[in-house]
Amino acid sequence: MSPAILDFVEFSLAGLCVGALYALTGIGFVVVYKATRIINFAIGEFMMMGAYFFFGLAAQAALPNWAAIVLALIAAGTVGGFLERFIFRRLIGESAISVFMVTIGLASIMVGLVEIAWTADPRSLPTFLPDQPFFVPLGSAEAFLASKNGWSFIIVAAIMAAFITVFRFWRGGIALRATAADQAAAYSVGINVPGVFSFAWILGAITAAAAGILVGSISGISSAMGAIGLSVIVVVIVGGLDSLLGALVGGLLIGWLEAMASLYIGGEYKQVATFVILLLVLVVKPYGLFGTHDIERL
Amino acid sequence: MQSEGDARADGPILRVDETSLAFGGLKALRNVTLKVESGSITALVGPNGAGKTSLFNAISGFYRPQTGRVFFEGRDITGLSAPARAKIGLARTFQNIALFRGLTVLDNIKLGRHAHLRTSLVEALFYYGRPQREEMELRAEIEQRIIDFLEIDHIRHAPVGALPYGLQKRVELARALAMKPRLLMLDEPVAGMNREETEDMARFVLDVREEWGVTILMVEHDMRLVMDISDHVVVLNFGEIIARGLPADVQRNEEVAKAYLGSGEIGSEVREAVAEIAAL
Repeated sequence: MSPAILDFVEFSLAGLCVGALYALTGIGFVVVYKATRIINFAIGEFMMMGAYFFFGLAAQAALPNWAAIVLALIAAGTVGGFLERFIFRRLIGESAISVFMVTIGLASIMVGLVEIAWTADPRSLPTFLPDQPFFVPLGSAEAFLASKNGWSFIIVAAIMAAFITVFRFWRGGIALRATAADQAAAYSVGINVPGVFSFAWILGAITAAAAGILVGSISGISSAMGAIGLSVIVVVIVGGLDSLLGALVGGLLIGWLEAMASLYIGGEYKQVATFVILLLVLVVKPYGLFGTHDIERL
Repeated sequence: MQSEGDARADGPILRVDETSLAFGGLKALRNVTLKVESGSITALVGPNGAGKTSLFNAISGFYRPQTGRVFFEGRDITGLSAPARAKIGLARTFQNIALFRGLTVLDNIKLGRHAHLRTSLVEALFYYGRPQREEMELRAEIEQRIIDFLEIDHIRHAPVGALPYGLQKRVELARALAMKPRLLMLDEPVAGMNREETEDMARFVLDVREEWGVTILMVEHDMRLVMDISDHVVVLNFGEIIARGLPADVQRNEEVAKAYLGSGEIGSEVREAVAEIAAL
């Protein structure tokens, strides 16, 4: 087995694992967009918030890891619901760009609050994933996959499966799809549309927080980790803003492309690759981000 | 069936009292008072912009009138939200079809029952039996009654977005029926339909009233349909009710003719319309 192929496979595996985390965060974005048509630019900061909640509960309050995870997710969901109820519900009917600007402001506020509470220093999260690495057989050789990456992928796959089941079969998920399709019709059949909005924000915040905890456990946390949100925005644009499947495919694709860019061009160029993809997608979709009314899957 | 028909004697199922609605300086409704008798087919007519759809939206809870009250089956529902009104038996269709595009005909119809399903998320997770039983009952009920009744069996798994206009209107009616309404509000049920489709829809509307005991309030521009199937006609113009009564009486009302035709010159199209109405 030539080292070049082994490199390719190992980078691909790592890239797909990172991509899975993009996909999970992307789903946190898509759920909110689907229900409310709000572009949540603070999605990276929602990840950061979840990671810091976990840090505070597990490392500082010294709770067991599982309890810290559950409580961090509940706290993140509460923040999501609170923001919907007291900020975003009041902005219903405002222009999409105004609401988008509010989410940008929100991102700054969240970074500020985290720096007040935990300073801007990078931290590492307590380990809660097994540290036995994976070895994927590849002809005569074995491809190495770091434990945290592999486990993240498995956890994300499980969450995705749960998501898809819920959206297909639970009628709350169906209510969300119906609200996304036609709000007036949703009202007329007795769907509590504001309730659906709250549910979407809570679910979106929890999903992003879960991704944040996983990302933080792989590469540590800092108040700047919300920058991952930029890659996630690219993911959801590539995937189609309101498509869960699009977020999944887009996440894996962008994660893999970034890994390929760092392998063949150099690690410092991987964001360049991400944004080249974004430009290409926007060229193919000439309406751009705010001009679309019918979101199409690419 | 017959026992449901007897509900006609019970007096008004819907009462709108002195309702006014303004958007800024535009008065969409002025002091509208209206009764819909239980078991009737009541038609709301009037020129474009007369406030018919505004009145519909006020009744179904989409708009909040500045003054006035709405009573449904004797209960004051003025403060209820649109979903809450849907739950107690007020179903409606829309002038510009509002279906859940991307979902199938069957899914759209099922969503009509959304308001009546009692299962919460926690129950759905822990008590599998109940949602499943509800689901089965729901399916049986929908399949046997509504789909057969509206003759849409052949398209039940088709995505609604791909259907022709007339069928979409029928699916919207099916979804409204799935809500088990006691008052069905149809906003221009035959707009854009050809004569044959219109006659089908007229037959469905009459059957809904006869077989399901549902009271019907409809906005319609097709005067022939209005004259044919309604028991009571209410005419709106500039947000005010200018006439009401039996179709034949309203037809002869001079103010109604004026509202439709204007008091100025009568163009040839208008003359034809007059001739058509008079010929009915």
